[in-house]
Amino acid sequence: MFEYAPAPESRAIVSFKPSYGLFIDGKFTKPHDTYQTISPATEEVLAEITTASVKDVDLAVKAARNAFEKTWSKLSGAERGKYLYRIARIIQERARELAVAESLNNGKPIKESRDSDIPMVSAWFFYYAGWADKLDHAGLGANPQPLGVAAQVIPWNFPLMMLAWKIAPALAAGNTVVLKPAETTPLTALLFAEICQQAGLPDGVVNIITGFGETGAALIGHPDVNKVAFTGSTEVGRKIAKQIAGTDKKVTLELGGKAANIVFEDAALDQAVEGIVNGIFFNQGHVCCAGSRLLVQESIHDELIKKLKRRMETIRMGDPLDKNTDIGAINSKEQLDRITSLVKQGAKEGGEVWAPNCPIPKNGFWYAPTIITGVAATSTVAREEIFGPVLSVITFRTPGEAVAKANNTPYGLSAGIWSEKGSLILKVADQLNAGVIWANTFNQFDPASPFGGFKESGYGREGGRHGLMAYLKEGN
Amino acid sequence: MRLDVKKTYKLFIGGKFPRSESGRVYELKSHRGEFLANVSKASRKDARDAVVAARAAQPGWAGATAYNRGQILYRIAEMLEGRREQFVSEIKEQTGVSEKVANLEVDNAIDSWVWHAGWSDKIDSVAGSMNPVSGPFFNISSNQPTGVVAAFAPKQSALVGLVNTIAPAIVSGNAIVVVTSEALPLCAITLTEVLATSDLPGGVVNVLTGNEEEISPWLASHQDVNAIDLEGTTDFVDLEIKAAETLKRVIRRGSHQRLLAKGNLQHILAFMEVKTVWHPKGH
Repeated sequence: MFEYAPAPESRAIVSFKPSYGLFIDGKFTKPHDTYQTISPATEEVLAEITTASVKDVDLAVKAARNAFEKTWSKLSGAERGKYLYRIARIIQERARELAVAESLNNGKPIKESRDSDIPMVSAWFFYYAGWADKLDHAGLGANPQPLGVAAQVIPWNFPLMMLAWKIAPALAAGNTVVLKPAETTPLTALLFAEICQQAGLPDGVVNIITGFGETGAALIGHPDVNKVAFTGSTEVGRKIAKQIAGTDKKVTLELGGKAANIVFEDAALDQAVEGIVNGIFFNQGHVCCAGSRLLVQESIHDELIKKLKRRMETIRMGDPLDKNTDIGAINSKEQLDRITSLVKQGAKEGGEVWAPNCPIPKNGFWYAPTIITGVAATSTVAREEIFGPVLSVITFRTPGEAVAKANNTPYGLSAGIWSEKGSLILKVADQLNAGVIWANTFNQFDPASPFGGFKESGYGREGGRHGLMAYLKEGN
Repeated sequence: MRLDVKKTYKLFIGGKFPRSESGRVYELKSHRGEFLANVSKASRKDARDAVVAARAAQPGWAGATAYNRGQILYRIAEMLEGRREQFVSEIKEQTGVSEKVANLEVDNAIDSWVWHAGWSDKIDSVAGSMNPVSGPFFNISSNQPTGVVAAFAPKQSALVGLVNTIAPAIVSGNAIVVVTSEALPLCAITLTEVLATSDLPGGVVNVLTGNEEEISPWLASHQDVNAIDLEGTTDFVDLEIKAAETLKRVIRRGSHQRLLAKGNLQHILAFMEVKTVWHPKGH
């Protein structure tokens, strides 16, 4: 194997303020009760971030309500759309800066933030900009109405992309928002607040508040919130569903997953190997729809695993800003500990753990790409979401057995099918209880394509016309 | 004078008509206060049995063609029309409304079955989509039934409210366990006789008479129920909290009207899941 010279992206393009307040009613507040946000690759402190109090939450919701009543709901759809187009353009203009900021704060490789996350962010705004003056075609009859103030809480795995998935459809439909980014990855959301200022977005239409779980709970529980949108763990999703019980709040929940990636014996194996690698090691496996359970037909198990291991030997882990890097840093110490303990449990329950011999940097949080073979369907690593670069391998003999094993989970977010036989793919796709099915591909996303889960992976869809409907109600 | 033969009013589970396993009944009186019937009072165990029957029946029902499901729903309308005199008389006995009002309710119930029947093979034409993604992919979103639905029919309606609770759930291929209005159960029981003679596979609709407040907590917390319709419930906040434990889809009270001759597509879609399938285009 050739040695690679380092090819780091310059971080000079991004400068963070030493400390950030909250973005409420078009202005940044004075920082208070700050905590440090770091780069998980080096543990370097990037900035001081404000922990929003219950009072701050109330101010943000009031600003959003005021903007909803006085400005945003009074604008025509066409004018709202033009603001979203402006935002999409500014994101394209500042794409490199945003990509570096994302990789610094999240730990993901620059080639992913640069080629996947940030382009998706501008695409999302561009797509929903075009919906703003076409709401009569959303599927709710003529003259559908916005819901009001949306409370949006997002995770740390795709910080700015999750922001775009939440804010773009909400604003297109005529709602105003208060969004809380994850505590470990607030920086691109705060840069986005500056972008709203540059776009001249009316004050209070977008409010960004930072903080921990209590801040999120206060936001979701605020009595003047009409819509709740959450992406994160199933555990927190359950709490939210309980918290809003009995209210009129409309809710979408995008929660955990334990996707089966099913490889049939007639699959194009080299393509399948690439799909398996992309499915589980993309974004360090910090993906709710990651293909974390490899279901492989028994007849090709040995050959596929041999090819997969050979491919894994070539994966490069290290500096997220290096353009050669395939796998970056685990987002936090807490997440690293969780992955480590789940893999230990998998080994204890009889799984055979293997990882390529790749060097691990001294500072920061790292976990080598790992596969666990010989996993039983009842094993912890086959049932629990690991949310890291760890693949559990399970075998099957017949398509019926593959479907039964794939569906044997409380989750139902995504699944993969690898076969060269069209009729088999279509039948299996019909039978899988999952909201997104990738056949002979994996981890594809697009603003025009609805995304979301069955069962305990949550409810509601983001993306496409379906994602727009989640922010509207029928008109009178 | 000939003595008429009275009917025993039973539950409807898995296509059969069992009594409550608890052996319990409750006394139903007419609007004038006269004895009408001893109605089965379903227990927790009956509710669980009904969920098992619904789960067993659901894949077959979802796997039937949409055309076939539509024909069966239309057949239900036909059977209901044929027995309309009995429904009219039961509505009058229970509620004391006029012949005209009772007839209107039966009309609406029949027409609602017809309205829903026609949707079975049109849902995806209207609510599905071929998505124009930015890449060489075939990408299609369709709707599929969520699975097993637990529902509580509106308390104030003898027939049409029940029909507008069952039809939106089953038209797409879900199976349902429905708890009837405790005060107005007769039409529900007669409706099960209609369902049983309409080629509807056993277990697709399961009907429990009894006390809603007693049965609802068990259905709301049941692990094998995918969606819950809280329309005819009393402790709706507590039930929504219980349902959240397994992230059931919740249809809150008042979300959809239930008294008219037609429903709402959004009500049907509330029991469905959007599934998006991707495949590369190439050689």
